[in-house]
Amino acid sequence: MTRNFLAGFAYLLLAPVIGALLAGIDRRITARMQGRRGPPILQPVYDLLKLAHKEPIGARRTGHFFVLGHLVFMMAAGFEFFFGGDLLIVIFAFALSSIFLVLGAYAAHSPFSHIGAERELLQMMAAEPILLLTAMGFYIANGSFRVEEISASPTPALLWLPGIFAALAFILTIKLRKSPFDLATSHHAHQEIVKGLTTEFSGLSLAIIEVTHWYETIMLLGIFYLFLAPYPAAAVLLVAVVYLLEILLDNTSARMKWQWAMKSSWTTASLLGAINLIVIYYWLGVQP
Amino acid sequence: MNRRDHGALTIMHVPLGLILVPLLSALLLLAFGLTRLRKPLVLIASTAIGLGSLHLLFNQLEREVFLIPLNEAPYLTAFGWAGLALGAFLLVICLRRRQPLAALLVLAQTALAWWAEHLTHARHETVTAPLLIDHLATIMAAIVGVIGGLICVHAIGYMKEWHQHHRELPDRRNQFFCVLFIFLSAMFGLVFANSLPWFVFFWEITTVCSFLLIGYARTDEAYHSAFLALKLNLAGGIAMTLGWILIVQRGGSLDLLRIVGSGDALYLLPVVLLCFAGLAKSAQFPFSAWLLGAMVAPTPVSAMLHASTMVKAGVYLIVRFAPVLQDTLAGLFIALIGATTFLITSLIAIGQNNAKRVLAYSTIANLGLIVACAASGQYNAVWAAILLIVFHAVAKALLFLAVGTVEHRLGSRDIEDMQGLVMRHPALAVAMLVGIAGMFLAPFGLLISKWAALEALIRVNPILPIFVVFGSSATLFFWAKWMGKIIGAEPGERPAPDDTHSLELIVLAVLTALVIVCCAVFPWIAEVLIDPYVIAVYGQTMVLDRETMVVMSIMLLLVALLPLSLLYRGGDRFRRVSPYLAGANYDHPYRFTGSAGKEYSMSFRNYYLSQYLPERPMQRWGIAASLVLMAAILVMVTV
Repeated sequence: MTRNFLAGFAYLLLAPVIGALLAGIDRRITARMQGRRGPPILQPVYDLLKLAHKEPIGARRTGHFFVLGHLVFMMAAGFEFFFGGDLLIVIFAFALSSIFLVLGAYAAHSPFSHIGAERELLQMMAAEPILLLTAMGFYIANGSFRVEEISASPTPALLWLPGIFAALAFILTIKLRKSPFDLATSHHAHQEIVKGLTTEFSGLSLAIIEVTHWYETIMLLGIFYLFLAPYPAAAVLLVAVVYLLEILLDNTSARMKWQWAMKSSWTTASLLGAINLIVIYYWLGVQP
Repeated sequence: MNRRDHGALTIMHVPLGLILVPLLSALLLLAFGLTRLRKPLVLIASTAIGLGSLHLLFNQLEREVFLIPLNEAPYLTAFGWAGLALGAFLLVICLRRRQPLAALLVLAQTALAWWAEHLTHARHETVTAPLLIDHLATIMAAIVGVIGGLICVHAIGYMKEWHQHHRELPDRRNQFFCVLFIFLSAMFGLVFANSLPWFVFFWEITTVCSFLLIGYARTDEAYHSAFLALKLNLAGGIAMTLGWILIVQRGGSLDLLRIVGSGDALYLLPVVLLCFAGLAKSAQFPFSAWLLGAMVAPTPVSAMLHASTMVKAGVYLIVRFAPVLQDTLAGLFIALIGATTFLITSLIAIGQNNAKRVLAYSTIANLGLIVACAASGQYNAVWAAILLIVFHAVAKALLFLAVGTVEHRLGSRDIEDMQGLVMRHPALAVAMLVGIAGMFLAPFGLLISKWAALEALIRVNPILPIFVVFGSSATLFFWAKWMGKIIGAEPGERPAPDDTHSLELIVLAVLTALVIVCCAVFPWIAEVLIDPYVIAVYGQTMVLDRETMVVMSIMLLLVALLPLSLLYRGGDRFRRVSPYLAGANYDHPYRFTGSAGKEYSMSFRNYYLSQYLPERPMQRWGIAASLVLMAAILVMVTV
């Protein structure tokens, strides 16, 4: 139990740090791919500090409320994950966190944030089935929804869940807000909907959204780690490869329309995710 | 007689009271419903049934089942004649309104029921205890009593406004409340019935009440919807009566507890027929059309009959008979009908901008989820089904009543017209937001139930949870964009003058509190109310992770604490600016200067994707799929 709590609190403390470094490395690699030198690795931290000192302006005062909800429930989801708790609860808390951001964008009542909010909801709808199917897959492979027990299993889940793994990698692009799925908002502010979802957030609020995104990234990568949990070194390598591929994809693809995002995600979810689930259900059998 | 027996004796009288009090109130309301006595009568009757059902809930906790012995024979005769009278009454209406198909169905149902009574009489074997009290019945009774009672109170104010909005219609509120209370009486009868003939009788009464209430406005649309509901529910009723006849012919028992406990294969086909009636009552595919039409009824009717209580009778029946379906292919296929309904109607709901239609589709969807859980017949899925029944009843009643009240304020039930409701009608908006959150967000009721459903269904079959996973992702979209509509207000908008009837506001406040309290006491609901029933029937129950319950409570606490941050106003430093319009704002935040120097204003619309999720074709798919499944079930159980 102590270990669980330690892991949970370690996440709360370290995830923003690692997330910031990862974002810095991401920007550096992206720059290199584009033939630029790129900013210092710590640039995301500098950005954050600057944002936090900006004058608080906004369309609505309530923006802060929603942003806090976004952060708090992302932390709760990640805490529950690294604590070793129920994967379904993790996914539900994660969804609640995203909904808070969407509601904040709606409440700002501005055209760009409104479209961003609608698109973010579409993307959530696109990604949600695969997240839940992943939890189902882990349950069938290990007989438990608990992260603790999934990670303690001697056989790597990747062996049973290759389809679900691939489907999850597919929607990771959505969750990381990377091309071709950076529909709702993007790391690059030259888009047709400006900054979409986050257009009306500024200063400290925007800084909190950024930190929340780091928490989110680390938790999502944690789920990928679970697929090879018995072999920590290999699992870290797997996570690194997945993330590098995301950066590559981000730099080599153009943004798609939401219709394509929806169709491709649900098709992937049903072809890779659902079929994988059904096959291993009958192959492994299920402990009632 | 010692004290305990004395206590037991009074408890046993409560169900009879719950059936008779609303019946008596109905008669009084018919007589005095147009006078000033209407309000006190409704208030007293609603309070009585609410308290009565709660008394049962809190006092029955230590015992599993009370059987209430009665001599059944005279009641059966009375039901037979009452059924004939009812049939004649409906027949006259059908003929007068030129509805030959409905008339034919009425004739068939009445004749079959008469024949079934006759066969049952001829057997000289009655059910010794036609009424029962067990945990499942008390949970249902509490829903009917408390939620139903609250809705009746809301209806006092609502119907007054309704008639102000519909001045062309004659005031027939005495009939309205009379039918509403007859319905409540029948609902209690159905819930406590342990004898199949009783169950069928009360079941048919609810069908008739629903028919009368949908047709209350007496417009063409109302008549059309009422007859549609009548026809589809009569079709279900005929299946149910056939099931009854079949049991008698096969020499089976009409005692519900015996049927459930026997494990005899002779009951499978009759129970499947009963479940078909359940599907019709719960508006599952292929019967779903009637519930959408039923939305023409005044909102309290939608809230009570078509969301919280009557449609729950269908799933209650399936939960009751779930042990018979356990480990059968027929049960799995009925569950698949529910799962298909859940997925398709959740997707259709995305394309709806009429608030009541969204609620109707979401109701059908949630009932589908309950069917998917209950019909699988496994103890943990049945557990989840009961939890869903409870949470859905509370949250949906709140949402319907909130939409009804808002409709009278705005003069519209279009979700697009609810833009910025949070500024114009803050109290109503909060009620609506809590209701919506209760439908799809952690840590509120429906999400807790969905979590339990997923954990249970994955143990039953892999297909069912896959449907649920896709369907619940769709619900996320339509609920969240609705919430977004409510909270997206123009800066500087002020509350509109509010003339809402005080009783309506009180009921909304109570239901809002109930949505939150039910989540807070969720572990208690699970352990004290649902576990005993599931253990009594299956010998084991869903073991919930204690830690997960704690996590849910912490999340609820966080949600409750978050509004505190609203007190933080950003200090003096906060500067309000106009939203970014990628150009020059005109003198107003939502007007801007276009390229030709012309002034434009703008408005916001949500996504409905109706091009991609067309309502009719999707309905047709659902109906076709479910008809194939039903045919397959019938082939399976008869061959």
